[in-house]
Amino acid sequence: MEDILSSIDGFKRWLKGRTGSLADAARFLTDRISSIDADVRAFARIDAERIARRASGLEKAGKKGRLYGVPVAIKDNICAKGELTTCASRILEGFRPPYSAAVVEKLSAEGALLIGGANMDEFAFGSSCETSCYGPTRNPWDTSRIPGGSSGGSAAAVASGEVTAALGSDTGGSIRQPAAMCGVVGFKPTYGRVSRYGLIAFASSLDQIGPITRNVADCAAILEVISGYDNRDSTSVNMEVPRYTESLSEETGGLTIGIPGEYFRAGIAEGVRSRIDEAIKVFRDLGARTVDISLPHTKYAVSCYYIIAPAEASSNLARYDGVHYGYRSPGPGGLEELYTASRNAGLGEEAKRRILLGTYSLSSGYYEAYYLKAQKVRTRIADDFREAFKACDCILTPTSPTTAFKIGERVDDPLTMYLSDIFTIPANLAGLPAISVPCGPGENGLPVGLQLMAAPFNEETLIRAASAFERNTEHHKLRPEGL
Amino acid sequence: MSNKYETVIGLEVHVQLATKTKVFCGCSTAFGARPNTQVCPVCLGLPGVLPVLNRKAFKYVIKVALALGCDIQKTVKFDRKNYYYPDLPKNYQISQHDMPLAYDGKVTIVAEDGNTTDIRVTRAHLEEDAGKLLHDPGLPFSYVDLNRTGTPLLEIVSEPDIRTPEEAHRYLVTLKQIIKYLEVSDCNMEEGSLRCDANISLREKGAPGFGSKVEIKNLNSFKAVRDALAFEEERQAGLLDDGEKIVQETRLWDEKKNVTVSMRVKEEAQDYRYFPEPDLVPFEVRADLVEEMRASMPEMPRERALRFSRQYKLGEKDVEVLISEKDIADFFEQVAGCFDKPRVVCNWIKGEIMRHMNERGTDIRGLNLKPGDLAKLIKMVDDEFISGISGKDVLEACIETGKDPAAIVRKKGLEQVSDEGALEGIVEKVIAENERSVTDYKSGKTAALSFLVGQVMKATKGKANPKLAGEMLRRKLG
Repeated sequence: MEDILSSIDGFKRWLKGRTGSLADAARFLTDRISSIDADVRAFARIDAERIARRASGLEKAGKKGRLYGVPVAIKDNICAKGELTTCASRILEGFRPPYSAAVVEKLSAEGALLIGGANMDEFAFGSSCETSCYGPTRNPWDTSRIPGGSSGGSAAAVASGEVTAALGSDTGGSIRQPAAMCGVVGFKPTYGRVSRYGLIAFASSLDQIGPITRNVADCAAILEVISGYDNRDSTSVNMEVPRYTESLSEETGGLTIGIPGEYFRAGIAEGVRSRIDEAIKVFRDLGARTVDISLPHTKYAVSCYYIIAPAEASSNLARYDGVHYGYRSPGPGGLEELYTASRNAGLGEEAKRRILLGTYSLSSGYYEAYYLKAQKVRTRIADDFREAFKACDCILTPTSPTTAFKIGERVDDPLTMYLSDIFTIPANLAGLPAISVPCGPGENGLPVGLQLMAAPFNEETLIRAASAFERNTEHHKLRPEGL
Repeated sequence: MSNKYETVIGLEVHVQLATKTKVFCGCSTAFGARPNTQVCPVCLGLPGVLPVLNRKAFKYVIKVALALGCDIQKTVKFDRKNYYYPDLPKNYQISQHDMPLAYDGKVTIVAEDGNTTDIRVTRAHLEEDAGKLLHDPGLPFSYVDLNRTGTPLLEIVSEPDIRTPEEAHRYLVTLKQIIKYLEVSDCNMEEGSLRCDANISLREKGAPGFGSKVEIKNLNSFKAVRDALAFEEERQAGLLDDGEKIVQETRLWDEKKNVTVSMRVKEEAQDYRYFPEPDLVPFEVRADLVEEMRASMPEMPRERALRFSRQYKLGEKDVEVLISEKDIADFFEQVAGCFDKPRVVCNWIKGEIMRHMNERGTDIRGLNLKPGDLAKLIKMVDDEFISGISGKDVLEACIETGKDPAAIVRKKGLEQVSDEGALEGIVEKVIAENERSVTDYKSGKTAALSFLVGQVMKATKGKANPKLAGEMLRRKLG
């Protein structure tokens, strides 16, 4: 199949070369998605008619924005007015929000053709896209493997060439880890950079929406569109949005890259390790300086995250009770029975596990020992980074310790599953921007991702470094076989 | 109650702040709309939407904090209080747990004898109100109305400093007076914009610590608070006298039967799993904002009382009536500003104006009476241009029609007759027709004279100058 969606510019050229309406193009694209998705299953649903209608709407609007017609997949936890938005959970069965997320408004205003329903782990609880009530998404590089998660559908849709770009959400690595495992670019902005208005919350103090794309230039373009202050989100920051696309062509000479020893100790697959070492060499060859840095509290990050994130989640998910909207158990009974039966049938195992964890750590008598302690550790982790950024402009690590694993391999082993986010979690705890870019194939030819992190609101540094790396390597041009 | 025990009462008051919109969204807070018409995705708790603090609600709390002499938190932080109930669509309430916006204040209450007592205020914090469940006993389900959900609520908690039901009543009256002076709430108990729960326990006089406390709910008026506490005081004393233990529980006040009944026994404290609300970023309370609020504070009731007795030379009782409500005090000052006999103005307000308010079941604003009009009217009476009786009629007409009192007097022809010549014939006639009273008067029963004056007034339809009529009668009956 022709790779018409490899970049925003490539898509625009393709669209220009076509005759017929944008709705026709949309039908062509949705047919294409359906055919690819028979194997990949990146989408929970594709409503071709609605998408065609949306395309007609964009065409009628007349104004051609920066992303006119560009197909962008939207993770199933980002609200679009009137569109099914379910977080891949039965409990939100049939839920159509009466409002659109800020990012949806912004992308629509630039003419993007939004394609909702990108599959995900239920409520973003997972690192493999296996906890979805719609069943797992498959990795386009090897359909017996997971695409990573939780934004697995978004990453797989981009990697398989179903769409040009996608939005994911990242709470502990949910954009970067699947981007790495699918061989695409994934960006988690600084906490507060992109409005969370309309993002169905997992852990409010950690969640950020970000782009998944085939290349760094598209990443910068999407990021530029979706960033910015929103008075409907009190945690969004009122700061001017730089022109990220202008950082693309800057060279990396003079850049100091920190290499944290703590991220390279144990548990990294050899195929990943060697790719990262090569990447470091590429940066050095480009004139960047590397320095060894220390992030001593890194070892507590996963534990800290698995206290804070489930605590917030247990409260955020309390509203799904069968009373007001979403799935309601049909069984008779009183209020307690309604709550219990609806949540029992509506929520999956991992969701229940995290709700229990979070409820426990917030309970009186445990709050100080768990939640409060975790918040203190979180502060230390952020302090580590602040200290580190005095000596470097960005920090380089692997995105994930391994390449994509087999579907089903870790479902019964939550602790091992949780460790696949070990390198991505710290950026969420500290609120930092971070990017994952492809850095070559690891074992079995599966993609490996390189993570770069920067100080808050230094997105440009990441775009600049990642773009230079991409210009001087061929990894992003690799394609899954058969697509 | 026997003398053996001391009563310990603490009150928890919830006041809805009178902002136009809700505390975390833009929906109207107006009372009485059709169910579920004043709602939006935020107050409905739909997934994906976020709360944004209403700055006005926050400023209102600062005002109350200043009026109660509270310390104000340097950082505003909200917490989530987690519990499941269908009137709380998120199944958590955004509230303030360990950092209430205001703390360590007091309410000074004045007893009948003029003595003052300070009731300490532990804390006052901002939170969102829940919705309402409507139960129809004939139906196997309940309705949920979420119009009230998200109305800004200020919870004010007192220390257990209150010792009698009467003090509790005074605390509430005083607190309401303060809040109404600040114009930050209607404090209307019928509409639920002021709600109160009471905690009461008894202990032997001089005993350290507290007895087991009972929480009383369903208190729908200040009177209910006083009555329920009085009932509970007796009930607990009776149990203690019989050597029984007080069960720590929540009881409901039954207004019809005048008793409290057990609602639920607290097996263990409910665990609300409070934690900081991650959707609202903590922010600093700027000192200049507090100063701005301080500068915008109205004169508070106690200060006003002092000034009234000094400036208008009024007695304590009169002053208390005038300052009881800010609107009444304002109205008095406006009238007194136009007519410089404060005592006369005070009497009119205490008498006729309050009578009209009671009869019409309205507050002073509801009378729609212009202070200037009342001043004109009082002056006409004081100048004996019209009689006192006519004055009352004119006031009535003024309130009914909103017209100028002078115009009403002219139209009704109520100008007082102070011309002896004009009254001569009528006085003669009254003397001739009331032989009995004349005899009584002449035999020393002076009270008979007022009856005769009344007859003159009646015959002139209230227009005669009663002072003059009296003089003339006295002279003629010599």
